[in-house]
Formats: sequence, structure tokens, C-alpha cells
Amino acid sequence: MKQKNKKVDYSKWGYFFILPFFISFFIFSLIPLIDTIRYSFFEYYRSGIKEIGPNFVGMANYASLLGSDMLKYAANTMILWVIGFIPQIVIALVLAEWFVDARLKIRGTQFFKVVIYLPNLIMASAFAMLFFTMFSTNGPVNGILMSIGLTSKPIDFLGSVMGTRSLVGFMNFLMWFGNSTIMLMAAIMGISPDIFEASELDGCNSFQRFFFITLPQIRPILAYTLITAIIGGLQMFDVPQILTNGQGSPDRTSMTLIMFLNSHLKSRNYGMAGALSVYLFIVSGILCFFVYRMTNNDDPDGSKAAAKKAKKLAKKQGRG
Amino acid sequence: MKSKQPNHLRSIVAHVVLIILSFMCLFFFYILIVNATRSHSDLQKGFSALPGAYLLDNLKNVANDGTFPMFRGILNSLIVSGCSAAICTYFSALTAYGLYAYNFKLKKIAFTFIMAILVMPTQVTAMGFLRLITNMGMYDSLLPLIIPSIASPAVFYFMYSYLQSSLPLSLVEAARIDGSGEFMTFNRIVLPIMKPAIAVQAIFSFVGSWNNYFVPALVIQSKEKMTVPILIATLRGADYMNFDMGKIYTMILVAIVPIIIVYLLLSKFIIAGVTLGGVKE
Repeated sequence: MKQKNKKVDYSKWGYFFILPFFISFFIFSLIPLIDTIRYSFFEYYRSGIKEIGPNFVGMANYASLLGSDMLKYAANTMILWVIGFIPQIVIALVLAEWFVDARLKIRGTQFFKVVIYLPNLIMASAFAMLFFTMFSTNGPVNGILMSIGLTSKPIDFLGSVMGTRSLVGFMNFLMWFGNSTIMLMAAIMGISPDIFEASELDGCNSFQRFFFITLPQIRPILAYTLITAIIGGLQMFDVPQILTNGQGSPDRTSMTLIMFLNSHLKSRNYGMAGALSVYLFIVSGILCFFVYRMTNNDDPDGSKAAAKKAKKLAKKQGRG
Repeated sequence: MKSKQPNHLRSIVAHVVLIILSFMCLFFFYILIVNATRSHSDLQKGFSALPGAYLLDNLKNVANDGTFPMFRGILNSLIVSGCSAAICTYFSALTAYGLYAYNFKLKKIAFTFIMAILVMPTQVTAMGFLRLITNMGMYDSLLPLIIPSIASPAVFYFMYSYLQSSLPLSLVEAARIDGSGEFMTFNRIVLPIMKPAIAVQAIFSFVGSWNNYFVPALVIQSKEKMTVPILIATLRGADYMNFDMGKIYTMILVAIVPIIIVYLLLSKFIIAGVTLGGVKE
């Protein structure tokens, strides 16, 4: 009898341990999400001090968003993201390969890693403010360009579409290439050195090694980096918001989706903000699904299955 | 000999590219530091590569400016980031331990659920969040910037992976036999084991919260409750052309410097921590 009493079932303790997380999640994420979705079907905004609604309007908010500039802002977000992401991933891949390659004998690896990761930790809003002052018409960058005689008149970087977009892209590149480099470096270091040795014996040059060994081997992490970067790009806000003072100037060509959402929230247009959030929720939900598959699947990109198949085939051929 | 030659060339190219990139990363901070040490009239004259001697005066100007309470903002940011980092790491560790060490009915569902929302952007719930905290009377206070960090799926995932690799369940069994209660086991035995993971995540959540702009910008209204990023944003919104430029650069410097100091002290540790939270291989 006493023995039986001693065998306590501890499993229910698990509920107590995970309770705070779920309570916090339900209050601060799930209820707001449901509220957001609910009001996306209502006409509900403030004009002056008068509050209009909430009146049920069905899908009207969704339809009017499609008719508004939302798609243009989605395109802006994508353009800004692409300008930053392409150099980011290319340079990150090259640097990661170099850092890992012992034959290059790179000196001060730790120093370079510290320096290239630094911008990632900088407050994006302060960084944007810094760029705003530096690239303004009487800022130091124009001062330098003029003093070395590259231009006679100050260049209005923030007055042109290309200038503003390039600056946003460049800042995103600066802030994220170090992070990607370090992630991809870890991935490359995870590749078995036997493969590299074998390739060297077979007379592989560094280009072949990069394209036929490194790249295919790090595909899962590359895909993970890509998708998390897309999710990050979808949330792009701080840099263009501060750089253009929330206007997306010139002519709203650097207005991102979250800046659009922010302006609806600031003007208390709950209905529109809700519908826009639901659009964003659907897109990020799809992206989340991919991340979920990757983090929870032993064979995220089918490479193991392919290897198995190849093995089988080789066996068959060996027999035949 | 033949194969050594191209490597030599590649090595030079690699070093040159790395130096250019490092220059790009450091150049802007250099200009920032130089300009923060010069007075407004100096700055108007044009760019100079050498620092001036005006930093202390600029700092005094920043400290005495009532319209942009920068040091009050730093204090607010420290409170918010410190509390968030503490709460976020403690409760994530608690959740991770709960899901790792116990076998209860809903365990699998709970885990799958957290993994499903791992990278969900907070912005999609911002509208409901704003309404909720307004109804709860927490609008324009620092609490809504702190409490929600109890539920941080990414930190949870990191802690969970760490537990998998470093906490043998037999240790928990042994503690039970010695008569330790479940919470005591967690606080006295599991937490010390998780120290390295907690330290890494505390740094990252501190930095994330320090730099966060979207949520505070929605929630905070009054000047004396503003965190650093919002102050910087209001600086941008104001008619800045009439300002003392030396002061503006000093404000940006003051906003960035605390993180840079922490980073330089712990850089090795932070860089090693970046990859730990990545994909499970």
C-alpha cells in the first residue's frame, strides 16, 4: 500500500509549467488576432472626434483594399526587399565559403566576423536617422563627394525614387549580410570534411567545389534563410518609416505594407487595419507552414529520399 | 606549386573584399562619432575626418533638452528591455522544461502549436492588441511592452533544443528521490544547467526589445514614457533643419552606444549564439 502511494504521477505538472506561456499567448496574441479578424468585416473608423461604426459590411473592407494602393505597397515592399536581399545572400555565401576555406589563410577571421555582424544589432530606427542626416543634401556624404570632385552639385538622394529605394535596400543589406554569413558558415562547417577531401583528390577547383558540393549540401539551411528573410521582408517597417518620416516619399514609392498598416492604426481605422492584417496573416501563415515543415521534418527538402533512391539504383546496377 | 598560385591570388581577393565590407560597416559609425564631437557651426562648414572637442557640450545639450528626454528614454528602454529579457528567458525555460520533462496528454498538441507560430509576425495582431490594451487600461504604459514577452516561441524553441542536448532526465529523477519538489527542481537544478542558453537568449531578447520600434510607437503616447526608438522617430518627425546638428548626431550616438559596448564585450559569445537557434540538422 505504501509502495503504491509513493509512485506519484508527475505528468500533470507539465500543465503548470506551460501554463504561463499559453495564458500570455491567449491574452496578448490570440484574443487580438480574433478581434482583428472580427473587425475586418466591420466599417469602424474615427473621423475627427466622431467614431463611425462598427457596422457590419461583410467583405467590403477587403474589396476596397484591393482597389486601393495596397498592391502597389506590396510591390514596393518586394522591390525594397529584393534590392537588399540579393547582394546579402550572394555576399554571405561567398564570405561563408571563404571563412571556412583553410587554404585561403584568412587573417583576423574573428575581427571580420565581429565587424560584419555589428550592424545587425544596431537600432534600425537610429540607423535610419543616421542615414537620413548623412545622405541629406547638406550632409557629410554629399560633402565628401563634392570635396573629391565627383559631383559639383549636392545629390538629393532622398528626393529620387531610385535613391530612396537603394538606400533602404543598402541598409537592409548592411544590417543582415553578417547574420546570413554566420548562419551559412555554420552550415558549411557542418558538411563532412571527407566530401571536400574526396573532391580535392578528384581535382575539383574552387568554383566546382562551391557549386557542386557546398551549395547542394547546405540547401536546407539556405531555404530556411530564404523563407525567414521573406518573413522579415514582409515586416519591413523601421528603416523606410524613419527614413521617409512615414510618408514613403517620394510619392509613396517606398511605402511598405506595414507602414500602410501603421498609418491605418494611427488614424484608428480599425476596419481597414483589420482587413489588411488578415491579408498579411494569410501570407505569413503560408510562410510559417514552410518553416514548420523545415524545423520539424528530418528530410525537409527530400535530399535524404533522393540519396536513398540513388543508393538503391547503384545497388541494382552493381548487381546487374 | 601550380595549385598554390591561384590560392594565393584568391586569398588576396578575399582579404580585399573583406576589408572593403568592413570599411562599409564601420564608415558610418566613424562619421557618426566624428560628427558627434563637433559643434553645429563646425558641421555647417563641411565634413572633416578628424574629431572635434565638442562631445561633452553636445552631451550636455542632449541631457538638458526637455523636448527630447533622451536620458529618460534610455532609462525607460533599460527597464523595458531588462524586464522583457528576464521574463522572456525565465518563462521560455519553464515552458521548454514542462514540455521536455513531462509526458502529459496535450504535450504533442502544445508543442506542435508553438512550432506552428514560431515565426508569426507580431504585426498581424497589432490592431487587436492595441484595442485590447486600451480596454485593459494599459495604453501609454510600459507594461504591454514587457508582459507579452512571456510567450516567445523562438526563445522557447532554443531552450527546448538546449534541454534536449544537455539535461538527462535521470537527474530530475534523482532530485525527486531526494525529495525535491517540482518547482524547486526547476529553479535549483534545471535553471543552473541552462545558464549558457539563458545568457545567449537574454542578450538577444534584450537587444530585440531595445531596438523594437513598431509596438512602442503604437502604445506609448506621453514624452516621459517614450523609449529610445520612438524618441529617434520623433526627432525625424520634428522640423529638424532648425536643430543643432551636433546634438542630433550625439542623440543617435547615445541611442546606439550601449548596445555596441555590450556587443564588443561579449562578441565571441554572441556570434556563437547566432547559429545555435538555427535549423535542427
